[in-house]
Amino acid sequence: MGRKILLDKIDIPGILGFDVYRNNGGYSAVEKALKTMSPDQVLDEVKKSGIRGRGGAGFPAGMKWSFLDRSTNNPRYLICNADESEPGTFKDRYLMEKLPHLLIEGLIVSSYALGANTCFIYIRGEFKYLVGILEKAIFEARKNGFIGKNILSSGYSLDIYVHPGAGAYICGEETALIESLEGKRGNPRIKPPFPASKGLYQCPTVVNNVETLASIGPIIIMGGEEYAKIGTGKSTGTKLISASGHINQPGVYEIEMGISVEDFIYLDEYCGGIRGSKKLKAIVAGGSSVPVLPENLVFKTAKNETRLMTYESLAEGGFESGTMLGSGGLIVYDEDACMVRNTWNFSRFYHHESCGQCSPCREGTGWMEKVLYRIEHGQGRIEDIDLLVNISKNIEGNTICPLGDAAAWPVASAIRHFREEFEFHVKHPEKIKNKDHGNIQKLFVP
Amino acid sequence: MAKVTIDNHVVEVPDGTTILQAARLIGGDIVPPTMCYYSKLEGSGGKCRTCLVKVSQSSGKDSRPMPKLVASCSTPVADGMVVQNITSPEVLEARKAIVEFLLINHPLDCPVCDQAGECDLQNLSYEHGLETTRYKEERRDYPSVDIGPYVKLHMNRCILCYRCVYTADQIAGKRIHGILYRGDVAEISTFIQNSIENEFSGNIIDVCPVGALTDKTFRFKSRVWFLNPFLAHRDCPTCSGKVTVWKFGKEIYRVTGRKDQFGEVDEFICNTCRFDKKGSEDWIIESPANIDKQSVISQNHYMKIKKGSIIKPLEQKTEPQD
Ligand SMILES: Cc1cc2nc3c(=O)[nH]c(=O)nc-3n(C[C@H](O)[C@H](O)[C@H](O)COP(=O)(O)O)c2cc1C
Ligand code: SF4
Ligand code: FES
Repeated sequence: MGRKILLDKIDIPGILGFDVYRNNGGYSAVEKALKTMSPDQVLDEVKKSGIRGRGGAGFPAGMKWSFLDRSTNNPRYLICNADESEPGTFKDRYLMEKLPHLLIEGLIVSSYALGANTCFIYIRGEFKYLVGILEKAIFEARKNGFIGKNILSSGYSLDIYVHPGAGAYICGEETALIESLEGKRGNPRIKPPFPASKGLYQCPTVVNNVETLASIGPIIIMGGEEYAKIGTGKSTGTKLISASGHINQPGVYEIEMGISVEDFIYLDEYCGGIRGSKKLKAIVAGGSSVPVLPENLVFKTAKNETRLMTYESLAEGGFESGTMLGSGGLIVYDEDACMVRNTWNFSRFYHHESCGQCSPCREGTGWMEKVLYRIEHGQGRIEDIDLLVNISKNIEGNTICPLGDAAAWPVASAIRHFREEFEFHVKHPEKIKNKDHGNIQKLFVP
Repeated sequence: MAKVTIDNHVVEVPDGTTILQAARLIGGDIVPPTMCYYSKLEGSGGKCRTCLVKVSQSSGKDSRPMPKLVASCSTPVADGMVVQNITSPEVLEARKAIVEFLLINHPLDCPVCDQAGECDLQNLSYEHGLETTRYKEERRDYPSVDIGPYVKLHMNRCILCYRCVYTADQIAGKRIHGILYRGDVAEISTFIQNSIENEFSGNIIDVCPVGALTDKTFRFKSRVWFLNPFLAHRDCPTCSGKVTVWKFGKEIYRVTGRKDQFGEVDEFICNTCRFDKKGSEDWIIESPANIDKQSVISQNHYMKIKKGSIIKPLEQKTEPQD
């Protein structure tokens, strides 16, 4: 059993309520930070912990916090990014639903470290039912003196607000989120300036993922160094993985960073193996935006090293033979899954979610979706496959925000690793009429 | 001050200047093309990506290149920065890709489009586009609509540069229109279809780089290259009254703002000057207008341009004959 830091209390009855949470050691991180530490000491612990952003990009949280512009008298803001909309990722929702006070506690400590007196939780529009849960937790924390003016007589004051979005994936991008929070159209901003100097209302702002911020409480309690002992290399601590797809036990799991991908997929403690004892075909390791990995690269890297659930190991091999941990949304495909259909599905998502601001993403995502639709529906041409590779290359790196890259990578990687299957679709339109046509080897059997 | 090298030309500019502005100071064929940036509109730029350039050295202190191509219109210079535009094959390749993206949903209806001949998209595709299209799918299709009494909106031709939105916001003074929906079905729209009544609303026609917003008083009257442009002015109580009038013989067919070599108007003009003053007695003609921007309006010069080469600014400008 791996150590649990975030989800350790999840099974305690009544943990949703303040009293039970408090009686089980809750809010002691706030006490410790506000009563015995200076904001800079808190920041130091977070730096020492080595925790990297859990929202996708994996940027070290301590470093991000130290970039916050402290030179002006403008107010500073902390924004908790709860817009979780990446296909395959559903860990933040789980955390907020089951352990709202853990998040609130993290927000208080983090805001204290940043010198922010206002904190926003920007929550995905579809998560309406969570708004009540969070607001109740905030209400209780306020009633008990952990939010509001002069918290625990430390002189530090904080307000936390929950702000639901209107259901747009792009509003998870930090600058689009800020625009949306300001009441504008959710278009990503052109950077620079970065939020650390000009964010919400043009004031210094830090945006962090729910899981990142929820981990701050435990880090303060156990100490940054202790936290950094968990995991390997630059992947410290524990990570929530949303596991879905053709596995026996889909769900949210907390892992110690550094267990092997094989263990995670096959151990009963986690995914419990492939559904129906089928063979593994591919995985998407970090939510739909990251490159897909074929079976031969899942357990071992191209260098024949064991593939681990860490930022570094999953990225080993670059885009040729690696992928990314991203937001930790693991999707498993069995031998019967059609990779063309899956790629089309992802592509449809990005086409639908593009904000339409910059031309490569606005036009390119739609183009890719239409071509993939044709291939999957038996109207592909052989030159379409190279065309797709070329479109994805033309989008990648040329856009305002990373959504363009996120749309390009799944397509490019699927063709890189499963070109045969794309060609099969083009050459045998009659054989792919049947809905279950993922296993092209099987289809060749007379 | 910052010293910047762009395609081997060195220029010194104040800190905070963008790469594009620095390039415009140098001038000539190293100036990146722009479809969305407009120096007179705050917040514009960064969207179309036609102005992408390569920063091969970030600054004097940091000799590393920037990892991606950057939008020159919205990236500030740094002292010692080295930029490549037309000297970088990577940039030209990317620009070609961008033009293709801008065109896949474009109706290519230049033969019936009033903008033809003075269209930035046309010029851009002539320089950087493919000869044919690789796009075999259906194009997006909107009905064209009247927005206000003077302006026609052909959403099919729009490249979503947002310039008209900023114009309505900043020049016309009232937030009268904006963008609806998102992605490739996003569209320019007014809150209530025909509510554009502001005295300066006509300027959205001038800032539009394509034929999406056209002048209804000039609709289908003439191809622009059959007209002769003259600088003219009148004593206008609302605006500067400094315009370009476009004549066919003795008759004034249309009135526009005066544009500089980058296709931007010098001064925004009012709707009365633009739409109502079409009599020759209304205007004092100053001189024939130079069409600085390379264009078919400067007739016969197109012949000299080799496709694929980088177009040089015209050395000698044609004097329009009356
Ligand atoms: C298109 C797009 C969608 C994103 N969606 C989310 C999201 O739903 N949740 C999230 O935490 N980060 C999301 N991000 C990443 C954020 O921009 C930002 O990097 C993150 O919130 C930073 O938090 P972290 O450092 O704690 O990971 C998204 C990024 C992009 C480009
Ligand atoms: S990459 Fe896509 S989502 Fe991001 S700004 Fe450009 S159009 Fe919008
Ligand atoms: S002009 Fe720079 S991105 Fe459009």
